[in-house]
Amino acid sequence: MEPGEIHALLGENGAGKSTLMNVLYGLYQPDEGEILVDGKPLKLRGPSDAIAAGIGMVHQHFMLVPVFTVTENVMLGAEQVRGGVAGFLDRRRARREVAEVSQRYNLRVDPDAVIEDLPVGVQQRVEIVKALTRDVDLLILDEPTAVLTPQETEDLLIVMRSLKAAGKSIVFITHKLGEVKAIADRITVIRRGRTVGTASPEASRDELAALMVGRTVRLTVDKAPATPGEPVLEISGLVVDDERQCRAVDGVDLTVRAGEVLGIAGVQGNGQTELIEAIMGLRPVLAGTIALEGRPIDGWSTKKVLRAGVGYVPEDRSVDGLVKEFSVAENLVLDIYDRPPFGRGLSLRPDAITKSAAERIEQFDVRTSSAQAPVGTLSGGNQQKVIVARELSRPLKLFIAAQPTRGVDVGSIEFIHSQVIHERDIGTAVLVVSSELDEVIGLADRIAVMYRGRIIGIVGPDTPREEIGLLMAGITPDRDVPATGDGEAPAPDGPGSEDEKA
Amino acid sequence: MSTTAVPDVAVAPVDEGFWTRTRKVGLVLVALGLLATVLFGALATDEPARFTFSEDAAGAALEINGTFGAILFGLLTLAAGGAMLAGLPKRWFIPLLAVGLVGFVLSFLCWQVSDAPTGQNFMPLVNIVRGTFLLALPLIFGALAGVLCERSGVVNVAIEGQLLMGAFSGALFGSISGSVWVGLVAAAVGGSFISLLLAVFSIRYLVDQVVMGIVLNLLALGITGFLYERLMQTDAARYNSAPRFSNWEIPLLSDIPVLGPALFRGNIFLYLALLLVLVIHIGLFRTRWGLRTRSVGEHPTAADTLGVKVLGLRYRNVIMAGAVAGIGGASYTLALFSFTKNMIGGKGFIALAALIFGRWSPTGALLAALFFGFADQLATYLGAINSIIPGQFLAMLPYLATILAVAGLVGRVRAPAADGKPYIKG
Repeated sequence: MEPGEIHALLGENGAGKSTLMNVLYGLYQPDEGEILVDGKPLKLRGPSDAIAAGIGMVHQHFMLVPVFTVTENVMLGAEQVRGGVAGFLDRRRARREVAEVSQRYNLRVDPDAVIEDLPVGVQQRVEIVKALTRDVDLLILDEPTAVLTPQETEDLLIVMRSLKAAGKSIVFITHKLGEVKAIADRITVIRRGRTVGTASPEASRDELAALMVGRTVRLTVDKAPATPGEPVLEISGLVVDDERQCRAVDGVDLTVRAGEVLGIAGVQGNGQTELIEAIMGLRPVLAGTIALEGRPIDGWSTKKVLRAGVGYVPEDRSVDGLVKEFSVAENLVLDIYDRPPFGRGLSLRPDAITKSAAERIEQFDVRTSSAQAPVGTLSGGNQQKVIVARELSRPLKLFIAAQPTRGVDVGSIEFIHSQVIHERDIGTAVLVVSSELDEVIGLADRIAVMYRGRIIGIVGPDTPREEIGLLMAGITPDRDVPATGDGEAPAPDGPGSEDEKA
Repeated sequence: MSTTAVPDVAVAPVDEGFWTRTRKVGLVLVALGLLATVLFGALATDEPARFTFSEDAAGAALEINGTFGAILFGLLTLAAGGAMLAGLPKRWFIPLLAVGLVGFVLSFLCWQVSDAPTGQNFMPLVNIVRGTFLLALPLIFGALAGVLCERSGVVNVAIEGQLLMGAFSGALFGSISGSVWVGLVAAAVGGSFISLLLAVFSIRYLVDQVVMGIVLNLLALGITGFLYERLMQTDAARYNSAPRFSNWEIPLLSDIPVLGPALFRGNIFLYLALLLVLVIHIGLFRTRWGLRTRSVGEHPTAADTLGVKVLGLRYRNVIMAGAVAGIGGASYTLALFSFTKNMIGGKGFIALAALIFGRWSPTGALLAALFFGFADQLATYLGAINSIIPGQFLAMLPYLATILAVAGLVGRVRAPAADGKPYIKG
């Protein structure tokens, strides 16, 4: 690492990026080898040694105490105190310091705000302030964009540039190629715990991806033209509220036909989540109808919807998709455990469950030590494959995938995409929601853009990205969509800037 | 939305519609006010209700006509409730709630005191205040022990055991040495012994903390019960006759009417309890130790990444908690009674309720403990004047209030986020 350099560490999930950085930050102890800072070997017994050596880290899951203020979080562990042994906190000084650092790097952080009230993007900036007040020269950002909206990602890249200008070095861990190319000065690719190459940001996406997974991957999805059949899912005039009783879906009409992929694009928080949850019976429908092959299904329980031939990949696998403590095999039958051959009467049939699990693991290329391993021990990509395997194991009429590849490595993305297309080709209607515009463009036969609870346009997949970007910002070719008072406010940003770095 | 790693609760204020929490509480107060005005007013007699500034009927007193008082204070509660219903801003909530509840209690007392047998229709305030504090004392120590423990993320169900062990070792070593101070130190050590076990098993061996707490309570009961029978009962003069702290009169302060004689002629434990509330409050919210304690109780991983020694801090706090509870136990054996089997009799669990009712804060715990103590004292008083209200009913009220508090009716009660969760590094 050199001063003022942004060094990207690129690798698939489970490649060892985070482990490496945790060693560097003193959280884990190295079994062998040494760390050199300014040519001198460094022994880190804990995070405080790392901080003393000028190394700071922003973790993938933020290390902030939700009920503390920004200032309290920044102070913690490096408190300025008065009064000797008693150690009274010098809040005034700490507050001033936060305000100063926030000002200097244009981080826009309010020292007195309570963390849990802040949006994720701001929380991340608090983490950066925390590191900066400790005078670090090297800042490690572990998957910083995984939880950010495209606009917040954009903001983060600006912050990173200003840090770089101030002479700080940054290690940027990610598996998103677009971001790496946008910001990195140097790229190191890691695979299975080893450095497999370094590259300059001029390298093509294909080259980088190949280094990451060890073979050539297709970043575009190969698929034949769709042959749409009868309408499977018909939604008309759908109105749904979110949990705060704000209108989230505001009169959506949508049709998905057999044998086609309909992609829903849009900045997060424009009603996509609520739309899908309403279809799945997870959220009450206030007005309008949802019909599956002509039969109205609104008001049905989720179980009934699933049994009617709907497959569902929820957007947050750790919350809705899997029971982490259960084994892979058990997770694979969560939907049909009570049906033959897996259950009979009151009892489960473990042998049938295990046998079927072995087949699914093979068929869907799930990398796990065994079918009995808790699913929480798998990498993100493999967890996602477990869900996809489960959902696609039933005969489906409609397959709904929300953010099917979020936080998933390149190799698994490719696999999951091919499964989605395969499902389409056997005549299933497919509905894909993704905040990654590339994914929607790659998969969909038709793209519906959602903005403030409405579908403001349906376009073909060969529409220029810029045009879709404008739609995502609420700008249709002929007119601006008026801001409705009760809609969910999207990220406060200029038109068309959300998606470029997705 | 729900895809972010951190749930974005509280970003937008929840629109509760017309029936906000303030209005709901206001409605309850209006109902209570009506009850007081009508029922207490009708039942009260025209005898004067006297609230004397002493321990008996003598001396200066506040005096009010029973019926008039019951109706007047009932109307006060009604007015407070009405103001809440009318939609006063949020900052008025706590004062109005206090006015409403105090009005209700006073209306009730006007009825009760005026309705007492002739010659007994007075209430000695000094007795009531002193009794309230006396009954609250073990609860204050116990709840403070809970604060110390749980703020650092270790659930302390073993308060009962810590109190009991403190009471026992205070009595035993106080008797043997003949010194109250040795007894006091021994009590602190005894309480810490129980909490050290709690610390080792829950922090080092990750045993479920609630289960561990219950087991430790039984262990303390067993050890002290056994030694009481085999040791203390055989030679009570030698092993169970600890010297007692005398009452200390604080100059000037003890001359304040009512509060002076009730509070400032007490023993060391009373002063120590009040001092500890203050010290722990300042410690938790104004010092480095407090910031770190709270961070470890809320998000230990975050604290660890900033170089805070999570486990060490938890050990320290849990052991300190045991010492505080141990001293609380000694407030019995080194000031009031000699040791008897199971003498804490569940006060440790009530302290746990006070901790929750007081929202895990030292001052809250103090107020909750006093509330419990007051209800207890009032029950005793009503028994003494042959009230038609059974004392048991009043004694039940604090726990009903705790259930309502925990159910979230008196605002959000939130435990430290990592309370009860062992911290495993890496």
